[in-house]
Amino acid sequence: MLKITLDNLPKLLAALSELGELQVPCENKSGKVDFEKWNAEKRPRFDITLTSKSAKDLFFPQVEDLLAFKTKGKNLSIEQIMPSDKKVILMGVRACDIKSFELLDKVFLKDPVDTYYKARRENTLIIGMACSEPEETCFCGSFGIDATAPGGDVTTWITKDALYWQANTEAGKTLTEKVADLMEEAEASKVEEQAAVTKAVLEKMPLANFKVAGKIPQDELKTFNSKIWEEISAGCLSCCTCTYVCPTCHCYDIRDYAVSDNHTERYRCWDSCLASDFTKMAHGNPRKTKVERFRQRYMHKLVYFPNNNEGDFACVGCGRCLQKCPVNLNIVKVAKALEVSEDV
Amino acid sequence: MQKIAELMRAKAVELLQSSKAERVLAWRAGEFFYDNAPAAFNDVDACQEIVYNEFCPANLAKYLIEATKQQKKTVVFLKPCDTYGVNQLLKDHRIKREYFYAVGTPCSGMLDVKKIKELGAKAITQITCEDNKVIVETPYGTKEFAKEEVLLDKCMMCKGNEYKIADEELGEKLEPIQFVGDRFAAVKAIEAMSAEERFAFWQEELSKCIRCNACRDICPACSCEQCIFDNQEAPVGGKAAADDVEEQLFHLIRAYHVAGRCVGCGECARVCPQGVKLGLLNLKFIKDINQFYGAYQAGEDATTPSPLVSYKENDPEAEEAVQRRG
Repeated sequence: MLKITLDNLPKLLAALSELGELQVPCENKSGKVDFEKWNAEKRPRFDITLTSKSAKDLFFPQVEDLLAFKTKGKNLSIEQIMPSDKKVILMGVRACDIKSFELLDKVFLKDPVDTYYKARRENTLIIGMACSEPEETCFCGSFGIDATAPGGDVTTWITKDALYWQANTEAGKTLTEKVADLMEEAEASKVEEQAAVTKAVLEKMPLANFKVAGKIPQDELKTFNSKIWEEISAGCLSCCTCTYVCPTCHCYDIRDYAVSDNHTERYRCWDSCLASDFTKMAHGNPRKTKVERFRQRYMHKLVYFPNNNEGDFACVGCGRCLQKCPVNLNIVKVAKALEVSEDV
Repeated sequence: MQKIAELMRAKAVELLQSSKAERVLAWRAGEFFYDNAPAAFNDVDACQEIVYNEFCPANLAKYLIEATKQQKKTVVFLKPCDTYGVNQLLKDHRIKREYFYAVGTPCSGMLDVKKIKELGAKAITQITCEDNKVIVETPYGTKEFAKEEVLLDKCMMCKGNEYKIADEELGEKLEPIQFVGDRFAAVKAIEAMSAEERFAFWQEELSKCIRCNACRDICPACSCEQCIFDNQEAPVGGKAAADDVEEQLFHLIRAYHVAGRCVGCGECARVCPQGVKLGLLNLKFIKDINQFYGAYQAGEDATTPSPLVSYKENDPEAEEAVQRRG
């Protein structure tokens, strides 16, 4: 394990930014902390446990162009618009968000492989950061995630005076060799001490004992027909906040945009199962009511996804939906309601 | 507030048992003290779960549209400020009076957990409110705040403790938050900018938007059966938060569409996950309407037509309006 004092951290960030586009949590113009391209003027906000939006945007941006169609006389040309092949170093990612990448991989890297996602994913090196000040809305432990050991190509821990660094993968080791000169050898004892304190705090959090695995009936039809949906969805506004801040929500829509008479661009943008035109097809909309759309979101996360992915739920317990839902509806409330419902 | 919650539960049970209503709209407790959610309660047993405390900011008015669609007489608990939204929905013919029973519910200001967190309370395990003190427990120690430090922005512009529509009132009215200062101060600051500065201000502000539509979905004046931004036939992107004109126009179109009907409840700004200063657009319209047509408060009652849909001979001409605005 290596370490660098916090006074010298800007030197490490500068060195990393020479090796690729360095993305770290920074306060943006909204006054929110989100991943942003670092430069010497920006102060990283590693003190913030959770970025406002999730890190999925780096691989799966809210809007991206896919193709351009151009006509010239009777000739049609179709161009694929690929993301740039720049190297990105994504630093300060928490354990929950790192787990979300693993879940997104199961969607986008399965056949047929999503070339856009794959290009960004392969060009990105991930530096995880252990949590030291969890929030009451955190429940990554419910999904077996260890907030104090986030993984990534490199894992880091921040204490009061230093950043600790441990390479995990080959790519992480290669990166480490390039910046090791700036750091010194260190014992793991400080990191272990911090992890113990963090775990003790997590145990005091209201959701410490909240578990999903084994609690939710995985019988699709039974859970689908549960009596809870009508009542629990009543308060939902059908806005898309939860889906847009969620690190694992991955539905998208594909549309064409006419740039000019002879130039059209095909783009994709995030979709949300709560939107009234979600999966609308030529024959109409398969989910006509709010109840059906609300149910879709939670069935997907808690039943369909685990049934298709070796039991992995499509939730990492980051708690963003708990923090952001305008009416305080969220996956914890739904999971608990399903659990106590006698019908399922 | 605990006493009010007891009164609410008793009232809900009484109204259901006397068959005056079929369901109840109120708030249900969550995992923490601060995350109460708007909820429907369909029977007497469920009504025992009704809660009320300083963290029930959501206006239940909009849910009455669903009650009207279902043609189910619904009890709705309304804080004084919520009643304006209900009147506006009545005026817009989006809800029907026979389908709801309004119970005026006292309020002394709602608190903002985001402000509590911004002031440094991390990992909240308990919040207690005593008079003007808010005591927050965390594993790192106890923090104490003055109530006015952590009030919701919308409550700092409190309209008072009068119910503008209510079939009955619950308990005694509480002392409303005393609003001091000029509610249009922020609007005036923007008006004082040069056109370029103003354009830059709004461009930056609106580019924060992620197009979640929460502002639209909570708004008691945004009640179209199908929003133009949800219409796939419309040549505008409803979901893409692209940095182009269409995207930024969403908020401007919405502000124009609710002009004269916006009750100034401040819910749009409260629910925005990105902290866009949405209320400013609406306040600008309210300020202009007051200036051009005389003081007008949307939702004050369910009948007075908005100055923007009624003609008077002395209405200012467009040119005159521009001149008067300066």
